[in-house]
Amino acid sequence: MRQTCLNMVYELAKRDPRVLFIGSDLGVGTLQQFKEEMPERFFMEGISEANLLGMAAGLALEGKIPYVNTIATFFARRAFEQIVVDLCLHKANVRLIANGGGLVYAPLGPTHEMIEDLAILRAIPNMTVVSPADAQEMRRLMLQSVDYPGPMYIRLAKGNDPVVTREELGFRIGKAIPMRRGTDALIVTTGITLRHGLEAADRLAPQGIQAGVLHVPTIKPLDRDAILDALSGAKAVVTVEEHTVVGGLGSAVAELIAEAGMSPARRLKRIGIPDCFPEEYGSQASLMERFGITTEALIAAVAELLEGTRARPAQRMEALRS
Amino acid sequence: MPTASAVLDQRARDLRKTIVRAMGAGGRGHFGSAFSILEILRVLYDDVLRFDATQPKWPGRDRFILSKGHGCLALYAVLADKGFFPAEELFKFCQKDGLLGGHPEIRIPGVEASTGSLGHGLSIGIGFALNARLDRAPSRTFVVIGDGESNEGAIWEAALCACKHRLESLTAIVDSNKQQSYGPTAEVLNLEPLRDKWESFGWAVAEVDGHDVDALRGVFARLPLAPGRPSVIIAHTVKGKGIAFTEHNMHWHHKAKIAAGEIESLLAALETAP
Repeated sequence: MRQTCLNMVYELAKRDPRVLFIGSDLGVGTLQQFKEEMPERFFMEGISEANLLGMAAGLALEGKIPYVNTIATFFARRAFEQIVVDLCLHKANVRLIANGGGLVYAPLGPTHEMIEDLAILRAIPNMTVVSPADAQEMRRLMLQSVDYPGPMYIRLAKGNDPVVTREELGFRIGKAIPMRRGTDALIVTTGITLRHGLEAADRLAPQGIQAGVLHVPTIKPLDRDAILDALSGAKAVVTVEEHTVVGGLGSAVAELIAEAGMSPARRLKRIGIPDCFPEEYGSQASLMERFGITTEALIAAVAELLEGTRARPAQRMEALRS
Repeated sequence: MPTASAVLDQRARDLRKTIVRAMGAGGRGHFGSAFSILEILRVLYDDVLRFDATQPKWPGRDRFILSKGHGCLALYAVLADKGFFPAEELFKFCQKDGLLGGHPEIRIPGVEASTGSLGHGLSIGIGFALNARLDRAPSRTFVVIGDGESNEGAIWEAALCACKHRLESLTAIVDSNKQQSYGPTAEVLNLEPLRDKWESFGWAVAEVDGHDVDALRGVFARLPLAPGRPSVIIAHTVKGKGIAFTEHNMHWHHKAKIAAGEIESLLAALETAP
């Protein structure tokens, strides 16, 4: 996904003289061809994210479209105020390519694990927050990124993630994608958790549970209409994200459901990282397992919520008392 | 080292009276900084910057950023004087139906960047200067930063970056009034030797009396100070310059409440100032 994203920056720059690349001390050889062919528009700068975002904002205010790349934590944590003031307040057309969203940097520990970016960035006016599921979706996103107005945060996954999106279902920034229809429950995914959502729906079907899967690659602006539409038939909804349960996709969906006042009320479960810093190393997969961001956890959550909807009120009260 | 001892002329007093009246209308304002940067801004807009107030976004203009955005009353007085917006706006300062608030915003004609949080403007200025280079445009970029603002690490990230890119079209002016909110910069966080710091970061440095209009014209006429290097002008200034009881007076850094009587005494003092 990262390689596709950077290759796309090169392709976009070949076509559009407004496109620039700014890196913050990235790995040797990054976008070497870009550097050789378009040296004036290739900037490999120091480890100075605050300055880089201000510089990118200045270039954007003059009509350029900078794609800035570094590790996700160094954007959303280190340079948060520059994102708010320099990019969002100015509606600057800067694209942030954020390496290692979620638990990708598990071996490197909590300083590098970006578990709250969706929450804090979706709170900023004028921001667009996108989290594609695979390299092919990344390609579709990048093609639309050039002329999309305002700043955009692009969350990258680990790379070599299985391709689970389908071109025929289309892609538009700001739009959710119904991947699968279901009458019993709805699974809402973002980023690589789409794969888990699809697997869970496949495995629930033989049990007689029809789960829909709604993929939400754009966390902000949230496609409220698509989410409410997908919820209309479902009795229960489970959100799943490689992110803290505080403030991300699950929170956004919960806010939407609560304010919509749906009748009957939908039962909701948010799957994600609980409100803690990861205390183990290992791999992205092992930490996701540790936090229950898995296909199995999704299956269990859907079944449990549906079981709850079948329980009679008296039984439910009894369960609450015990 | 130049001192900040210049005597103010009539234009300097008139612009200061405008600032005081705007402050009276808003009932508040960062008084001290507005008075310390006024001659720098006046000379830039009178003698240095290329602009067209009727077309604030004219592509051929020079860019100016007030990175120490809290000094905005001086910028507003000068922009109104040049006709970027009607002078009546000054007297709606910080009011709910006004254009002008306590920090400059990009929606104001003539303002290139929204500032107020310190340490942002120089980096944005780097972006402007790089863009001019990419477009082979003659536009120059000027950024006024504070000495207190230079506590921010981002200023020094920007200093390194501008040197790396040999941005000779970029000029920073340090409003060196030697005071910040709590006290003297020498005590809160000492920046000295400031000239040596900028030189060691690769910038060409000049120092000037920041209230001496002729000296300011002279140093701006020498830009760029050195080929292939960004320029920094350390302007030695006095916070609250022009009124005996506000000069060097920490209590006039910012006034969140100002009484009508105080406005009258400031105006009267400007009449009789030497």
